[in-house]
Amino acid sequence: MSETAQNQPQHHRWPLWEVFVRSSRGLSHVHAGSLHAPDAAMALRNARDLYTRRNEGVSIWVVPADAIAASDPDAKGSFFESPQGKDYRHATYYTKSEGVKHL
Amino acid sequence: MSGFASESATRITPGNALRPEDIAVANAEHTAPEPVAEYALRLGDDSLILAQRLGWWISRAPELEEDVALANIALDLLGHARSFLTYAGGSWGKTEDDLAYWRGEDQFRSAHLFEQPNGDFARTIARQLVVSFYQHELYSRLTGSSDPTLAAIAAKALKEVEYHKDHSYQWLQRLALGTEESRRRMVHGLELTWPYVEELFRDDALIDSLGNAAVRPSSLREPFDKAIAAALAEAELEVPQVPAARGGGRQGNHSEHLGFILAEMQVLAREHPGATW
Repeated sequence: MSETAQNQPQHHRWPLWEVFVRSSRGLSHVHAGSLHAPDAAMALRNARDLYTRRNEGVSIWVVPADAIAASDPDAKGSFFESPQGKDYRHATYYTKSEGVKHL
Repeated sequence: MSGFASESATRITPGNALRPEDIAVANAEHTAPEPVAEYALRLGDDSLILAQRLGWWISRAPELEEDVALANIALDLLGHARSFLTYAGGSWGKTEDDLAYWRGEDQFRSAHLFEQPNGDFARTIARQLVVSFYQHELYSRLTGSSDPTLAAIAAKALKEVEYHKDHSYQWLQRLALGTEESRRRMVHGLELTWPYVEELFRDDALIDSLGNAAVRPSSLREPFDKAIAAALAEAELEVPQVPAARGGGRQGNHSEHLGFILAEMQVLAREHPGATW
């Protein structure tokens, strides 16, 4: 331990965790928010206190925020506009063939 | 509205999530026998005083998340206190508020452990560790009480105390096995807390008169010691060897701390009797 670490009370912030809560069996986990916790076990407990106060969940995932790779918000054009004009990617683009039932 | 109110008190089953309001309604038909009321008052006062103590941490815990965790525990304890005090009060024609706000220091029956100062975070965790391990042993047996209301209050409290136990256990491990400084504080916190452990397990004439309605405090000592020693061993700690404090809380003899706690807790109700908000 370094000299400064011993002499000065330092305030490290706990790492950030992203919280995903599954509200009932059969549904998928949904991002609920984030929180600080010293480690994964405490992050789960904090998530229980913060995000399942009113019976919202039956399962919680916590993920270190660092571990999430996110798309670049500035790269909106090349990333997300390409599908525009490509109507054929939607089912509604296609007309129903004659005689097809139950579609 | 709960269906409980219309039922006989003897039909409360330990699975019910019993609310203080339900107990208040049931008090109209059936109140606790005097010794049971005295016993409920002890358990209620323990939780009430600790809830008030823990409330101090809100906005002062190491992080916002821990503020919420401690506040949750405080509110759980306040809920247990409300049930016990409502039930006890029925015997004397008093409400939970009458008992919480209008009794003097020497009328409180809490053990000294619950009024101990918060100290630093480690000392609060040490106190919480003892309380939650003790209450877990107590409530898990009180669910079998011959008094159905006490059994139902215990059943509801037990689930919450299980979480309190986990919270203090997790922090015990982290503080004891964290840095040199956190370990030093944890050890110190345990040493300051331990003199007040013994009082929790004392039997007296009231307990003798209660039979199967109450849990004999002395019968909890062995399971408590075993569970707490195991938790401490995992944190590479030993049970502190310190002399027991005098105690006397069950007879209304308190330390200098309780008066200050009550002053803060009761001031609003006494300045503005009957105030609602």
